[in-house]
Amino acid sequence: MSKISLKNLSHSYLAKQNKDLDWALRDINLEWSDGGAYALLGPSGCGKTTLLNIISGLLKPTKGEVYFDDKKITHLSPVERNIAQVFQFPVIYDTMTVFDNLAFPLRNRGFPRDRIGARVKEIAEMLDLSETLYNRASGLTADGKQKISLGRGLVRSDVNVIMFDEPLTVIDPHLKWILRSKLKELHQEINRTMIYVTHDQTEALTFADQVVVMHEGKIVQKGTPVELFEKPKHTFVGHFIGSPGMNILSCDLKNDEVIFSKTKIETEKKIKVKKNYLKTQIGVRPEFVNFSDSGIPAKVLKVSNAGRHQIVDVECSGGKLKMISSAATNIPSENVYLKFNSKYTHVYGDDWIIEE
Amino acid sequence: MSLELKNVEKKVGAKTHIYSTNLRFEKNTINVLLGSTLSGKTTLMQIMVGLDKPTSGEIWFNEKNVTGVAVQKRNASMVYQQFINYSNFTVFENIASPLKILGVKQDEIKNRVGKVAELLKLSDMFNKRPHELSGGQQQRTALARALVKDSDLILLDEPLANLDFKLREELREELPRLFENRDCIVVYATTEPMDALLIGGNTATIHEGNIIQYGKTIDVYNEPINVISAKVFNDPPINTAYANKKGELFSIEGNSVSWSLQGNLNKLKDDRYTIGIRPHSITPYKQKENSVKIKGKVLIAELSGSESIIHFQSGNLNWVSLSTGIHPLEVGVEAELYMDVNQFLYFDQNNKLIKHV
Repeated sequence: MSKISLKNLSHSYLAKQNKDLDWALRDINLEWSDGGAYALLGPSGCGKTTLLNIISGLLKPTKGEVYFDDKKITHLSPVERNIAQVFQFPVIYDTMTVFDNLAFPLRNRGFPRDRIGARVKEIAEMLDLSETLYNRASGLTADGKQKISLGRGLVRSDVNVIMFDEPLTVIDPHLKWILRSKLKELHQEINRTMIYVTHDQTEALTFADQVVVMHEGKIVQKGTPVELFEKPKHTFVGHFIGSPGMNILSCDLKNDEVIFSKTKIETEKKIKVKKNYLKTQIGVRPEFVNFSDSGIPAKVLKVSNAGRHQIVDVECSGGKLKMISSAATNIPSENVYLKFNSKYTHVYGDDWIIEE
Repeated sequence: MSLELKNVEKKVGAKTHIYSTNLRFEKNTINVLLGSTLSGKTTLMQIMVGLDKPTSGEIWFNEKNVTGVAVQKRNASMVYQQFINYSNFTVFENIASPLKILGVKQDEIKNRVGKVAELLKLSDMFNKRPHELSGGQQQRTALARALVKDSDLILLDEPLANLDFKLREELREELPRLFENRDCIVVYATTEPMDALLIGGNTATIHEGNIIQYGKTIDVYNEPINVISAKVFNDPPINTAYANKKGELFSIEGNSVSWSLQGNLNKLKDDRYTIGIRPHSITPYKQKENSVKIKGKVLIAELSGSESIIHFQSGNLNWVSLSTGIHPLEVGVEAELYMDVNQFLYFDQNNKLIKHV
């Protein structure tokens, strides 16, 4: 077990780099403490798998270093790093029994027989595999097989870190949440550093205490699920997390006042503009837009009944917004006024949050 | 224009895949087939379009019996979950292909492909090949091909299932708009209740080869005729529990939760009923003055980005709560949650809905 630090990490798959987008990873600085549950979240192509491969040693970074505790391990091979990795698709030996599959990583390392037996049974118990322990792996369903893969990743107690690369892709939707929560439970039981890579926000936010959101090779925010929801540091986080995502619309900053849709907007803290931005935007989640007696004049375009709530499309002179109203709310049909909850209204300069 | 299934049944060997089904879809409607994997959605669609034959029963189109008419002779298009495009064709050629087969003139092909591509935001990618596209663009191309040829019947079999979450959100919003002002019948199969709700139109809930209920989507959601229909149309799954009525008081079996009734429910005879409580009617905060408290041990707290799903145990049952915002409850703690009794569904001994008045 150890703390993982990434220092000034950049990686490019090209021999020469001319522009930002030639880099798969840019200036990654990150510290993950020992025993935590972490997630790397982002859409395909954001660089999360590249980052995972650099940590596991499958890839050497173009620039920067990787540390386990205070030891530089950038040039160590995957085997020397002593890690476990679970992939998207089950990697198992079909001809072996479930037991032998789970015991494989331990036998390879020459653990004594009785310790192997005890440990395998313990892991099988956690994953509900005890009943099929002596069956051949080939007869199992896709999710049964993936549970074995998960079990093999978890079975060794001497690894520095366990990494999961979209491990629930092949799992049937209604089983996903069971395995998702199982993993969280397992983390609490075995208390080892785990890194979970996914494009699925529910998987990331449910599993991890700290989520790292990546976008175009950069880390745009590292935070708890609550922070990512309430205070996105970058417009991408606002858009990507939540359904529907954050409303992000152009606004003006004049004398430290925020003007959107010809209306002065209150934010929780006063905005202090310290530099010139190419673009300034206001960000407010649909959950925090409300109808009011005064405020921003708007008209209702469309109301979609989503069962548990209504999604309302409105338009004001500043642009189109989405708002979420409770199922019981009577939606006015024509001209309305909108108010934003000031506590959760943020201002962005060139996509990054402007604070105070 | 109409599509009608009359006593359609499908057996494979001794196994029944589709039980006797009667359905009628009208002109210019979107019809959602909502049910879990293997419930029979795909089989039904294949029977509708003529890719598969019913064991018994008839398919009528425009008041004509078309049972046994080959799919090539029907004016229909189908889009599948997997993105299917011709890999060595460009986007333009892919979209144009059904028109070429029909022998449409070059000028008109250009015109029609241009129109549908604009609708689906593909105009800038005419010269790209499918492997150069993102998943969303590939599925848009497949959709464009289905839309370009003025079909009478368009079948979409879980078209968004393989897309990233954000793309799914975006396309789901665009889809109903694509079919506005088109003379056709659209059938859309999905496992996700949210798809059905946001697409709107009509919905048929389907379970183990049986059509359970068909009607306006929002009506089917608000008033499921029975417990099965309620289960199919709720994700996370609807909570069900036995409750006993005694005088004006209802109480959940094996639990200390009780509440008094309103309206016609008051007049129900004292008996044992099944109640359905949608996950969003249980929240970690009080929604209404008359909400009732339920205590339970937190099993899991799932966070979806803007909503929290809390699984908890209370009495001898497991419950699911869904609430707006992020409420990270620690696993194992005893929590207090609140149920909005006005939103409960009541079912009789035969699992049929008892309507509120």
